[in-house]
Amino acid sequence: MKKINRRDFACLGGAAAACGLTIGFPGVVRGAGRRVVVVGGGVGGCTAARYLRRMDPGVEVTLITAEPRYTACFMSNEVLSGERTLDSLTFGYEGLKKLGVQVLIDRVVGLDPVARKARTASGAILDFDACLVSPGVDFKWNSIEGYDEKASEIAPHAWSAGPQTIALRKQIEAMPDGGKVVIVAPRDPFKCPPGPYERASQIAMYCRHRKPKSKIVILDAKDTFSKQGLFVEGWTKLYGYGTDKSMIEWVSAANGGKVSAFDPTTRTVTTEFDKLQGNVVNIIPAQKAGKIAFEADLVDGDWCPVDKKTFESKRHRGIYVLGDACDAAKMPKSAYAANSQAKVAVAAIVARLKGREPGEASYVNTCYSIVGEEFGISVAGIYYLDAASNMIEPIKDSGGISPANASPEIRKREVSYAHSWLDNVIDDMLGGPA
Amino acid sequence: MKTGAVTASFGALALLVVGPSLATADEPSVEALAYTCAGCHGTDGSSVGPSSPHIAGLKEDYFIDSMTAYKANERNSTIMNRIAKGYTDEQITAMAEYFATQKLRTASQKFDSVKAKRGAELHEKYCENCHEDGGRDASEGGTLAGQWMPYLEFSMADFKSGARRMTKKMEKKLQAATSENSDDVVDALIHFYVSQKQGSE
Repeated sequence: MKKINRRDFACLGGAAAACGLTIGFPGVVRGAGRRVVVVGGGVGGCTAARYLRRMDPGVEVTLITAEPRYTACFMSNEVLSGERTLDSLTFGYEGLKKLGVQVLIDRVVGLDPVARKARTASGAILDFDACLVSPGVDFKWNSIEGYDEKASEIAPHAWSAGPQTIALRKQIEAMPDGGKVVIVAPRDPFKCPPGPYERASQIAMYCRHRKPKSKIVILDAKDTFSKQGLFVEGWTKLYGYGTDKSMIEWVSAANGGKVSAFDPTTRTVTTEFDKLQGNVVNIIPAQKAGKIAFEADLVDGDWCPVDKKTFESKRHRGIYVLGDACDAAKMPKSAYAANSQAKVAVAAIVARLKGREPGEASYVNTCYSIVGEEFGISVAGIYYLDAASNMIEPIKDSGGISPANASPEIRKREVSYAHSWLDNVIDDMLGGPA
Repeated sequence: MKTGAVTASFGALALLVVGPSLATADEPSVEALAYTCAGCHGTDGSSVGPSSPHIAGLKEDYFIDSMTAYKANERNSTIMNRIAKGYTDEQITAMAEYFATQKLRTASQKFDSVKAKRGAELHEKYCENCHEDGGRDASEGGTLAGQWMPYLEFSMADFKSGARRMTKKMEKKLQAATSENSDDVVDALIHFYVSQKQGSE
């Protein structure tokens, strides 16, 4: 994809003259006909579109998304265990349309922050007063030598729900009893920090019943991971972790877990000290902000720097970046975080379009992992903005992970609340049942 | 509701004296706070299930008591004790006022109609005095009518085990209901409440 520079872009739009008229800063009140373009049909983009219509029905909202239907990545580890179908995680945009959001199935390939225009792959040019960009993550192919997009057909990443999820599920189903699943977990930061470990748990849950002699080996680029103590507690209780019969093995970076290369012909990964062949190899590559963030010059390194009070890009005014693609430290890259950030960004945009100063933000993250049929765990964070450092800080003595060694009843309830979390996040972002 | 009223009038006073900028300067608005609950409790507090409770339409006292109890680890919970600690008493009061004014919309759930019918009789005899209008009136306690079944089951299990404290009144009534009847009264009551939808979908 050719990188568009601003001058080319304005010419492409044939709107160079109009540029002068539309240059301004976000505080400008433009009265009627205010337009917001939302790029990306995931949690961040959809929540933003919905809450824009709700917080200011006078704003025209266009959501641009590449896929006609949304497939949730969260809870898709349950597809790998056979607990649910991918269909159960696939939703239409009808709810948003009913709320007056214009949904355009297309891909944004250029953003002009000065002329305030978005250009799509099909050639449409859209004017905006503010633009929200929530593209999610992209993969750093070849960060593991030999692991590129083509190799992901052999060793699916399944870190974006869809055909990759199905491919991984089929491989797990086809694996003989006594087979080996190798999961390669990436370095920080990446989307869904507890995801690789929940994935190992879900595959173990399936194997325990169907292929009890099988093993799941997690090769990690890190020495610690999210909710680690709770995962280990669950694995010990359910899958024999810590014994020589353990179904799950976790190899930290310090113990040689870091994978440097992948050979697709033999499904073999190379670590510091060893080579390991799997019947199923699931490589979750290192990540960076989604493509449009790079094309529109919104990144600094791998991620998009933002003013965390508003999620306005630090690189281009009038463009707001949220969700997994932005640097929202210390919030994790999670669906709930994107949902929460979207509401903060929308409140700021709505205030600015009315010529007001954005108010104080409040941020929440909650995230569940299902370790076994009746073993759920969670993490919660309630945050405030430390304006001086531009850091989203957890409120002291609040939040944190589920207590260690909670009763079986509490663990079971967390599974039930995990499913509630899914249904309510989906409903909140898509504006009703799809 | 005394605390709420006092805070509100102080707030109004502050507005008059200092002007509106102070009121919004360093505090998130109530919407900013309340919108963060939606991912688990549903948009505006009407949960689409299958177990997170509705919080739309809860009476302010009940909301404040619940959050205060969670904050002090005095009410059994999975996640709410961790979350409640992130909010000041003033913020909790503001959110209580917000959710009290939200219209509750409950969804259809499966229930056993024989049990629900039996539950209706039991409700009338033992519960209606406080949980008026078939459990629709949330003045004394949380939302019962149309509440999600697993949540009602968790709550009753906690009341029975002592993990959650009952009022003396409720303890007496529940004891009477269980000792005067040989069937599973709690189960029947739950099926009755689940059968009672509220709001339009």
